[in-house]
Amino acid sequence: MSLDPSYLTYPHRRYGMDHARYEWSMLTERTPVKWPGNAKLAVWINLAVQFFPLNQRGKPFAPPGGMTTAYPDLRHYTLREYGNRVGIVRCLRALDRFGLRSTFAVNSIISEKYPRLLERLCEQNNEILCHSWHMDSLHHGELDESEEAETIDRSLTRLREATGQPIRGWLSPGGSQSHNTPDLLASHGIEYMSDWLNDDLPYPFHTTHGDLIALPLSLELDDHFIVGVNLHSETEYAEQIKDACDFLLQEAEEAGGGRLLALNVHPWLMGQPHRIAALEDAIKHIASQSGIWSASAHEIVNAWRKSP
Amino acid sequence: MLESLDRYDFSLIDEREPIRWPNGARLAFWVAPNIEFYEIDPAPNPARRAWPRPVPDVQGYATRDYGNRVGHMRMMRLLDKYGVRGSISLSTALCEHHPEIIELCATRNWEFFSHGIYNTRYTYGMSEAQEREMIEDSVRTIKKHTGQDCAGYLAPALTHTERTLDLFAEAGGIYTCDLFHDDQPTAVRVRSGKPFVSVPYSLELNDTIAYVVNKVEPRRYAAMIKNAFDRLYFEGKKSSRVMCIPLHAYQVSHPHRLAAFEDALAHITSHKDIWVTTGREIAEYYIEHHVA
Repeated sequence: MSLDPSYLTYPHRRYGMDHARYEWSMLTERTPVKWPGNAKLAVWINLAVQFFPLNQRGKPFAPPGGMTTAYPDLRHYTLREYGNRVGIVRCLRALDRFGLRSTFAVNSIISEKYPRLLERLCEQNNEILCHSWHMDSLHHGELDESEEAETIDRSLTRLREATGQPIRGWLSPGGSQSHNTPDLLASHGIEYMSDWLNDDLPYPFHTTHGDLIALPLSLELDDHFIVGVNLHSETEYAEQIKDACDFLLQEAEEAGGGRLLALNVHPWLMGQPHRIAALEDAIKHIASQSGIWSASAHEIVNAWRKSP
Repeated sequence: MLESLDRYDFSLIDEREPIRWPNGARLAFWVAPNIEFYEIDPAPNPARRAWPRPVPDVQGYATRDYGNRVGHMRMMRLLDKYGVRGSISLSTALCEHHPEIIELCATRNWEFFSHGIYNTRYTYGMSEAQEREMIEDSVRTIKKHTGQDCAGYLAPALTHTERTLDLFAEAGGIYTCDLFHDDQPTAVRVRSGKPFVSVPYSLELNDTIAYVVNKVEPRRYAAMIKNAFDRLYFEGKKSSRVMCIPLHAYQVSHPHRLAAFEDALAHITSHKDIWVTTGREIAEYYIEHHVA
């Protein structure tokens, strides 16, 4: 028994990364980032406003939070709908109560299915990111490029029309991309994307249409990851968010450079009545710290660009 | 296929000759940071897929890359603070990809041992010649970039063949981290008859196994480590023990986890009668004093 000889050859064994999308760089070696007002910690809270199709294809994988039973999975379909009717209102109120701003990453199909929801979000005057068409329009390595281009084009066109916003940010369903996703996003006017989780700060990401900015949205601190995947309690969720906030504030102080706390929250999850108090607990803790800067994703990207 | 591994003799831990570490230490404590490189599009292995999602698996790849861009430096500061030298389980191609990390470890006089070339190249299906070539490549790479003679081995992604231990001993190694059968080092039979031992590395206290496989909360992980330490320290009064914490900077160094881990490290290092050491030093001492 033996493997093909190519298994012991390493064509990308060289300095830096094994791809050309971004430069190898250690956070500690970079010029410290300065946030407006010399804030220590930029806080970006994103609410994921999602539509999970009942007739989910689940190819090449079921989207996180997607249907799990045989068709029709009324249980999960309606539990996700709960977020768009009830959970979102609770989450908005929680943020308002403690004076933190948020962004909304919206599946563009929401503009057709629930125009009143999108209108309500627009009334908040918060930044809206595109979250592709719906949760089952997955971007992945086996997806045909023209099909992906059509999805991105349709998603951005509709969302821009419906919101009147320029839509500069992108979040892929399930954080999944194809080899072409960054190039297609850049060619469709996207400035930053949040699928790459490999850093605690923004960094330049190369495409065939100029650089995007990768603005990492933490998966480890994502409510669905902590509560839904790891099955930690809502109390544990709040504790982990608070610990992360405290740690990053202290690191920013010691390093003399700004840090970023980027939280993705699903209204269908934390917006449940037995969980909302834990979200409020975390938000209250963050809001009460000195040295935080509650900002939209695009403001953070701009501040990072202007930082010396 | 073998029914039994048959590499070490059976004995109950309380029926052995007691062992004692230098200066009467009850416990040898070592920390093994895994410093790894995962390829975005590795050559396929017939027995195991590298990534659950089609390439590029952005979540999987970026999650690991976080350790190299952000995590290692955080962990180094913490280990410095508590006077712990890391014993690095190294994807040796990282010497070429990220020499800056290697340099930071070398200036701290940390130990480098082999964890294969990449953590996305599995040993399954390799011929003896191929596995020998891979192991020798990793040993050569460590020598070339750090000047160290590689003493230990943790198979890449914990993938083995029946020959792995023999081949590593023949490449000059003296200890393996791949066996989890005991709280003390054990003599391991290899076909060359060279002195070779197992040094306890812990899968149970491995941060990735705890956080990812067993879904353990950050503060509970710290409690598990403290409980393990307290028991081993107690038992070590009669006959010394080994405790290892294997770490991955892409897991433990996240902002919601590192402070809780620090509590555990502070607890352990506040004790007297412990030998804060490295895998190689444990193996060398055990071979010299306890392997005939």
